[in-house]
Amino acid sequence: MITAFGRFIAMLAGDPLPDRSVPPTGYTARLTLFTSGAMAFLAMFALALSLATGRLADRWSAELARTSTLRISAPADQLDAQQAAAIKLLETTPGVASARALSTEEQQELLEPWFGPDIPIASLPIPRLIEIIEEGEGYDPTGLRARLQAEVPGAILDDHTRWREPLIDAASRLRLLAVTAILLIVAAMGAMITLAAQAALSANAQVIRVMRLVGARDLYIAGAFVRRFTIRAFAGAAAGSIVGMLAVLLLPSTEVAGGFLTGLGFQGAGWFAPLCIPVLAAVVAFFATRAAALRTLRTQS
Amino acid sequence: MIELDRVAYSYGGGELFSDVSLNLAPGSFQFLTGPSGAGKTTLLKLCYGELRATSGHVRLFGQNAREMGRDEVALARRKIGVVHQDCQFLDHLPVAENIALPLTVAGRAQEAGDYLEDLLRWVGLAHQAGQLPPELSGGERQRAALARAVIISPDVIIADEPTGNIDWEMSQRLLRLLIELNKMGKAVLIATHDMNLIRTAKTQVQSRVLRLNNRRLQAAGVDL
Ligand SMILES: Nc1ncnc2c1ncn2[C@@H]1O[C@H](COP(=O)(O)OP(=O)(O)OP(=O)(O)O)[C@@H](O)[C@H]1O
Ligand SMILES: [Mg+2]
Repeated sequence: MITAFGRFIAMLAGDPLPDRSVPPTGYTARLTLFTSGAMAFLAMFALALSLATGRLADRWSAELARTSTLRISAPADQLDAQQAAAIKLLETTPGVASARALSTEEQQELLEPWFGPDIPIASLPIPRLIEIIEEGEGYDPTGLRARLQAEVPGAILDDHTRWREPLIDAASRLRLLAVTAILLIVAAMGAMITLAAQAALSANAQVIRVMRLVGARDLYIAGAFVRRFTIRAFAGAAAGSIVGMLAVLLLPSTEVAGGFLTGLGFQGAGWFAPLCIPVLAAVVAFFATRAAALRTLRTQS
Repeated sequence: MIELDRVAYSYGGGELFSDVSLNLAPGSFQFLTGPSGAGKTTLLKLCYGELRATSGHVRLFGQNAREMGRDEVALARRKIGVVHQDCQFLDHLPVAENIALPLTVAGRAQEAGDYLEDLLRWVGLAHQAGQLPPELSGGERQRAALARAVIISPDVIIADEPTGNIDWEMSQRLLRLLIELNKMGKAVLIATHDMNLIRTAKTQVQSRVLRLNNRRLQAAGVDL
């Protein structure tokens, strides 16, 4: 593996002469350029999707897992007592970092989108809300519910898990699909390049024969083909990646679209990922062509 | 350097020749004659490892040809200059690059330089250096093939009908080149139908004439 990688580097840096010994092959050249371009374009979307769903899943699980809400509905004269009891109970619950009753202003803010800014919140029989922030592994919801039932009869614990889990599950599935898509794209590209290389090799049987007659070794002959296909795949993939990246950039802006599309671009270190695609294409082309060439050379001696 | 010991070869049908022994020793100069179809080209192919003997032993520079891998054969070929009957060029490269190909392939392209130009002049191709092989005449191609065969300064030179399409004066010139190289200790083996060439050579160099006929290789008599 290390020697193959060394050869890969040496070949990219190295002697351009073997190239010239193989005549330009217009058809396989265009095929390789087009294939790697198209595959890189597709890979760019799969990559963007996988990065975005990864971020989404992380964010959802991080945000949602950290907080939950306790709702207390009780006759007006018991509300304060039950709220105090609940907070006291929560503060002694392992896994709870803090518990805090929302202030009247905060409740007002929450209701504003529905009832406008002028609702007389103090006179309405609305439940009290306590925000729970978790720490470590979080609390045990079943145990907490049991204790609440006994001590704070009006309390209902909403730990978000009900709707959190399928969301996170969906996001991770989506990410798995995207990664599978990338792997399939890479495999398909390898297969196409193998076919193109084989076509080039059989079209150049006479060239191979002459090279052999003047004392060229297999690796030298293979190198002439490998170098060419690697460079083509890299160029095609670079072009495809640039177009794909532009397309991702031109997706509707996240603020406007809101919601799910949020962050289907590349962010921060994520910008390095698309740069890997042309390199990956070159590596795939290198090994695919090398294997095809050495196999062909072995059979036609 | 190249030895054939009681070698036989068949292309699958009947045996083309058998019990053939031949030694290309340093400084030897040999001609191979025989009727068309007798197997001269085939015999030469055994000598540079393109074909493997059906029976008997072929030794290339001390190695048993049967046991050599492709890369070992490739390395051996760098010590053998071959003029093929059908020339075998890379048609998309100019003549000069074709002639330099054995050096290029051996990673010694930078050695071509002045020697390449002298050689092109000697074989009368100085003006054709930039042309592509298909644009050359048959005789020009043969001269280019000879130039390619000798450029790497091989220990052994094997030429298959090198003067088939060449006028008498030019074949004299090529013969002189081969004789010069032979004087430097290189083994030369030339397959030819050209009796005049053989006769002229015999006046200039100690040489042997072998005749492949009726499936056997024999030293030709004095009746030349
Ligand atoms: N690849 C091959 N497959 C089958 N038969 C072959 C092959 N090459 C040559 N032959 C046959 O072997 C015989 C000898 O061929 P070869 O080329 O060695 O003859 P040659 O002595 O060089 O003839 P010439 O003087 O015409 O060049 C011929 O009958 C030819 O048909
Ligand atoms: Mg012949």
